[in-house]
Amino acid sequence: MQETTDAQTPGPSARAEAAPLELREVTKVYPGQERPAVDHLSLEVPAGEICVLVGPSGCGKTTAMRMVNRLIEITSGDILIAGKSVNDFKPAELRREIGYAIQQIGLFPHWTIAQNISTVPRLLGWPKERVNERVNELLDLISLPREVAQRYPAQLSGGQRQRVGVARALAADPPLLLMDEPFGAIDPINRERLQNEFLRLQAEIRKTIVFVTHDIDEAIKVGDRIAVLKEGGHLAQYAPPAELLMAPADEFVEQFVGADRALKRLALQRVRDVDLVKVALIRPGEPVAEARAKCDDSDVDLAMLIDDEGRPQGWLSERAFTGERVRKELRSPAEPIIDLDDVLRDALGRLLAAESRYGPVVDARGRMAGVLSMDVISHSLQVPAEETRTGADLVADE
Amino acid sequence: MIDVLAQVQIRERTGKGCVAENGFCPDWIADNLHKYWSPLLEHVWLTVISVAIGLVIAFVLALICHRQRWLTGVVGGFTGALYTVPSVAAFLLLLPVTGRGNNTAIIALTAYTLQILFVNIMGGLRNVPADAVDAARGMGMTDNQILRRVELPLALPEILAGLRIAFTTTVGLATLAFFAGAGGLGENIYSSAAGTGGRFFKSNVVVAGGLAILLAATFDLIVLTFQRFALPWRRAAAR
Repeated sequence: MQETTDAQTPGPSARAEAAPLELREVTKVYPGQERPAVDHLSLEVPAGEICVLVGPSGCGKTTAMRMVNRLIEITSGDILIAGKSVNDFKPAELRREIGYAIQQIGLFPHWTIAQNISTVPRLLGWPKERVNERVNELLDLISLPREVAQRYPAQLSGGQRQRVGVARALAADPPLLLMDEPFGAIDPINRERLQNEFLRLQAEIRKTIVFVTHDIDEAIKVGDRIAVLKEGGHLAQYAPPAELLMAPADEFVEQFVGADRALKRLALQRVRDVDLVKVALIRPGEPVAEARAKCDDSDVDLAMLIDDEGRPQGWLSERAFTGERVRKELRSPAEPIIDLDDVLRDALGRLLAAESRYGPVVDARGRMAGVLSMDVISHSLQVPAEETRTGADLVADE
Repeated sequence: MIDVLAQVQIRERTGKGCVAENGFCPDWIADNLHKYWSPLLEHVWLTVISVAIGLVIAFVLALICHRQRWLTGVVGGFTGALYTVPSVAAFLLLLPVTGRGNNTAIIALTAYTLQILFVNIMGGLRNVPADAVDAARGMGMTDNQILRRVELPLALPEILAGLRIAFTTTVGLATLAFFAGAGGLGENIYSSAAGTGGRFFKSNVVVAGGLAILLAATFDLIVLTFQRFALPWRRAAAR
């Protein structure tokens, strides 16, 4: 981690390299207790990836995380950051090199936002100008106006405070970040927004992150890899989200990910990732003969009327094909319109809400890109796990 | 009402009679105002020095107990026991040991502030949000840094609240310092020496008592003013 410190010296904009993390047979037995809280836990987290520790309460996930920065001392085993044992550092110095964000945020109420964010840089003795520069940079990064720098935590909303907590954890540009249920105390709507924001941020900063949650949906959304822990601190499965959903290692994991694990997989795929149904695209006034040829050429017997820009106008009825030229006889409106960037779960939701088997899919400019059908969605569930992407990839694309 | 006014006028005319009758005598007060000056200064001195010493001792005790939690009960029991000793008794008990004078008064007054200040400092430290301390430790602050940068500043409102109570209480108790021979406004109230108007002379009681109240209010105001400037974050939170 020494190299990391050196890498930071050029200036606040310098990005420290993310460090790989390895837990080797890590065990924690609290004094006076017979059963270990964490039992021979071995994990490898590649640099720049998010490892989610998930499990029911009492599974030792938080204990495992807190051993990484030695807030809890390891009973046996070892934890290596970039190949170096955490026991080779003084605890306080080790912790200054590791970002730390917790559910309760733990902002210091008597310090301004600027002071809060710059906690670790000031502990490290950065010069004043560099600290100020870094504070502004981080406020930009978490999209808060620079004016909040001089406010106190009590003057911010819950969501804003949460972002400040994340900014504070990132302040000294640590190669590794620990986050303990960072969005746990946020309402569902803001939570989703913060998760997306966090994933976009991660796409930019590419830190190695250990993320603790009890929420399997959150784990699937943010994790590159998910470690499911069961009571007594046993690792039940360690796998990328899609694999976890496709092939749960045992009954415990299967139960933990839920009966709707197939549906959950749909949240990991976008409409643009599946093969869409091809239908006939007909402009008003086209010769009926040509239109019929297009219909014969399409996958299903459906015809969509489009305007000059290629935007869907509605499904054509059989009667539109009488006479010489296609008439604008609509059978049903072009609903629901699905975006290429929608995840399959949302697209499925829209089809169900519109009580429709088929939904026209449009690109960013609103032009027809194909049609999504229920069959396509159910077929996509048979795609092997390796070809499925992670929630982080999805958000990063946007 | 008219009767009372008439009486006052009569007493004013016959000033000596007012004193002899142990009344409230504005004339006598005006003539003897200079006699309050020195006791008042003594009173200020006794209060400030006792609270200051009390604060230092309570602070050290609190810091020790903060690191060694099991000591809290022991220390709290000790300061609590001191606090329960009846005040006049404390002055009289100390007399044979430390003799008449300031020292005796200051020791007794300091002993009384300990409980108030110790309890408030401990309470302030205990009420520091656990998540702030956890975040501080998790970000690499040492125990001393946590104490100085997080715990003490966050405990300050409660410490200052304790200080205000300590000042008010000590101003009141310091009127008894007279019994230890340390002067103070109690001298005006209890003294039976010639020229003082005698023990419990009403004019004396009212003026000396009024000055003591004024003094307590002044100390309170000073601490409050300090609090206003030292805790900008509290005002931000209240808005």
